[in-house]
Amino acid sequence: MVEWTEQERTIITTIFSNLDYEDVGPKALARCLIVYPWTQRYFASFGNLYNAEAIKTNPNIAAHGTKVLHGLDRAVKNLDNIKATYAELSVLHSEKLHVDPDNFKLLADCLTIVIAAKLGSAFTPETQAAFQKFLAVVVSALGRQYH
Amino acid sequence: MSLTEKDKAAVKALWAKISKASDAIGADALARMLVVYPQTKTYFSHWPDMSPGSAPVAKHGRVVMGGVALAVAKIDDLTSGLLSLSELHAFQLRVDPANFKILAHCIQVVISSMFPKDFTPEAHVALDKFLSNLALALSEKYR
Repeated sequence: MVEWTEQERTIITTIFSNLDYEDVGPKALARCLIVYPWTQRYFASFGNLYNAEAIKTNPNIAAHGTKVLHGLDRAVKNLDNIKATYAELSVLHSEKLHVDPDNFKLLADCLTIVIAAKLGSAFTPETQAAFQKFLAVVVSALGRQYH
Repeated sequence: MSLTEKDKAAVKALWAKISKASDAIGADALARMLVVYPQTKTYFSHWPDMSPGSAPVAKHGRVVMGGVALAVAKIDDLTSGLLSLSELHAFQLRVDPANFKILAHCIQVVISSMFPKDFTPEAHVALDKFLSNLALALSEKYR
């Protein structure tokens, strides 16, 4: 069971309650596809991913980025039970989407970079620690049902 | 994943924008690493103070960014350019190379927070490749 301090809970819920999903989601996913181009393998049907500009302006990628970011909402609401909350999503990513779980960490790192850009100096070391701890738990839960 | 000419140009362009702040970047990145990845504190048990903003952290952040600056200057041949630094890390410091990735991530988080408009995805991929190659050159003499 993951232990969360009151401070960590506050940091995480505050970040998400102030989040512009339609901005951060697309930016994080686009950044992931640009910085780690092998992740594009999962998006062959999404249209033009030919270069960074195409990725950044691709409406399918933007929509998907927003969707993925909203996917984190259930984890934020169920901090004490992320593993069970994401059991079904984990099966989906394994059995249907066939996503290599190493990719979850790559997207998580890109999301951290985008949040850092948004919050600037407010993204203190303590904030980063809590946010990365949250993402690490999510990443672990999403990889849990792979076999 | 070696550096293309385009990567090198992107790294140099980004460095030109951020190098004036390199002391602050180094101090913040190192402080963050010690807080976010507490296992890295094991290398600094000889410091009286490991907290963000402390003198040892600021001083060492400056030293580390000096190494990054050297790497930018030697970007066309990192392995020979960083040879003595590699010997230092291999034979004296013996830092586990996994930690290079951790510090690289923290450096990028800081640059993103301080220069959000300049740290575009294109700049990010070039810097990420550069820091990976830097780490590789630094581990050259390990075994």
